[in-house]
Amino acid sequence: MLAYIIRRVAQSILVLLVVGLVAFSMFRFVGDPIDNMLGQERTQADIDRLRTELGLDQPFPVQYFKFLGGAAQGNFGVSYRQGRPVSTIIAERAPATLELAAVSGFLAISIGIALGVFTAIRRDGWVSNVIMTVSLLGVSLPTFLIGILLIYLFSVELDLLPSFGRGEVVDLGWWTTGLLTSSGLKALILPSITLGLYQMTLIMRLVRSEMLEVLRQDYIRFARARGLKERTVNFRHALKNTLVPVITVTGLQLGAIIAFAIITETVFQWPGVGLLFINAIQFVDIPVMAAYLMLISVMFVGINLIVDLLYFWVDPRLRADRGGAH
Amino acid sequence: MANLDTSTDTSPSAKPKEPGAIARFRDSDFYWKFTRSPVAMVSFTVTLILVLSAVFAPLIAPYDPFDPGSLNLMNGFSAPGVPNAFTGDEFFLGTDDQGRDVFSTILYGMRISLFVGFAAVMFALILGVTLGLIAGYIGGWTETIIMRIADIQLTFPSILVAMLIFGVAKGFTPVEYRDQMAIWVLIVAIGLSDWVQFARVVRGATLVERNKEYVQAAKLIGRRSPAIMLRHILPNVLSPVLVIATISLALAIIAEATLSFLGVGAPPTQPSLGTLIRIGQGFLFSGEWWILLFPAATLLTLALAVNLLGDWLRDALNPRLK
Repeated sequence: MLAYIIRRVAQSILVLLVVGLVAFSMFRFVGDPIDNMLGQERTQADIDRLRTELGLDQPFPVQYFKFLGGAAQGNFGVSYRQGRPVSTIIAERAPATLELAAVSGFLAISIGIALGVFTAIRRDGWVSNVIMTVSLLGVSLPTFLIGILLIYLFSVELDLLPSFGRGEVVDLGWWTTGLLTSSGLKALILPSITLGLYQMTLIMRLVRSEMLEVLRQDYIRFARARGLKERTVNFRHALKNTLVPVITVTGLQLGAIIAFAIITETVFQWPGVGLLFINAIQFVDIPVMAAYLMLISVMFVGINLIVDLLYFWVDPRLRADRGGAH
Repeated sequence: MANLDTSTDTSPSAKPKEPGAIARFRDSDFYWKFTRSPVAMVSFTVTLILVLSAVFAPLIAPYDPFDPGSLNLMNGFSAPGVPNAFTGDEFFLGTDDQGRDVFSTILYGMRISLFVGFAAVMFALILGVTLGLIAGYIGGWTETIIMRIADIQLTFPSILVAMLIFGVAKGFTPVEYRDQMAIWVLIVAIGLSDWVQFARVVRGATLVERNKEYVQAAKLIGRRSPAIMLRHILPNVLSPVLVIATISLALAIIAEATLSFLGVGAPPTQPSLGTLIRIGQGFLFSGEWWILLFPAATLLTLALAVNLLGDWLRDALNPRLK
């Protein structure tokens, strides 16, 4: 068991080292850093001095590990386009993305579970059929088209909600929030629905199929036979037992929400990290791209590691299997 | 006895006529299922029409949207089917701000979308099938490494992988080639984000096939490993590959549109459907709805038709689901 955990952690570290190598190679080989930093009037002495100062005369592996060390401390260099430290820019942008992701996740889970339970209990009702059909449409529409469609309906035709930006934000010093002003809340509605819709349909379908499975089980029939109220049976007995897979799927989707925020943020010009990354690709702002690459990898590798280890901890069969195979 | 005689008779006059390829196809189980599925027939027809009109875009399109000589700025913002107020020209689906015929730009845009989609899927298919065959047939360390990489890549959403690869590749392309190379970079990025499905399925099928008698027989007569993989195993694992390729095509078209919409895909000189939607979004508030609606509807129709076709293929080719 310990061997499995060690192997799993070692694998995660290896992945991060490879991603780091890609990020570092971009830094090192796309353009000449010296060119980017020194102006026209430079002497060979200046170049040599800066080369030594930046450690560019050192062997490749040494430079690589220095870069990793810097990245681990949150030092990703200076943005070519904005001329400010990348870490500062990301820290400014992170609250917008995290707030959007949190609200979308909350919407996806609460509405997803509610609709899933509803469509499972009233499985043949026409409302359920409508919901299922609409959800199929929601899965097959690309995210950016959903966003445009919502903008068209609610901003252009009905003129109810803003189509871009975060609205008014309150600066708490280390965090800016749009949750405290009415214009900030209004601005959140369309982007969070756009971002959460896919996960919502996913959770809804999952809860529905799990519920249908559970409702067939004997203990549900016994609960009914005991004369328990329908509501007690559905929520206390059935729903509780469907939640384990829902929690794991939701955990894994957490990373997907942050990744898909790139698309939503571009559609709604939401000033978050995703929009920053897209602009960085457009203008080939290497330090920002490298930083985003590293951050998102750390996040994904971390989430997957945690989910894997949780599985391992929850399910004893997995432990026995692994032990037998090796 | 009489029966035996006719079947062994080798004289040319008495030989029963071999059915041709088309006749055999018409007689097949596959064709029978196809003619009994309205969804399959409709989605196949729609896909075929769209693909053909993309291929023959230069013949069908009434204007060449990329020939500056044929453009008249006065024609800008013509509504669909209404004669332009200044020039009196009429455009079936209207024009955009520069007076380009929307119908023509859609045809040319679909050409690029489909080209990128097909090329990316081919790239993913070749890479994935090769690695899957090698992993399944050779096994050992090679298999572990290939499948580990596949597992790791699978934990990242493929659109994110494509975006990251596109960004990295763009960084490494010299500035003067960036626009020119963008389409190829896009193909490689989408292809690399999508090979895992192929590799996993082919590896699984190869693991089953490699222990069958015909493979052992081929080994015994001394055929080399590459020949066994390509000539003997490959044909037997192709039907799931076809299914994945069709579904991947729909996904690749959407991925390309998404990237181009975000402005990190097809360059402005070669607008795909995604680029057209990006341009059209700018006119959402000023009321020129046709610049956005028609490319978006085309993209949806195309993706939906290919997707439904893929779903049907999966059901038709998978005997386990019967």
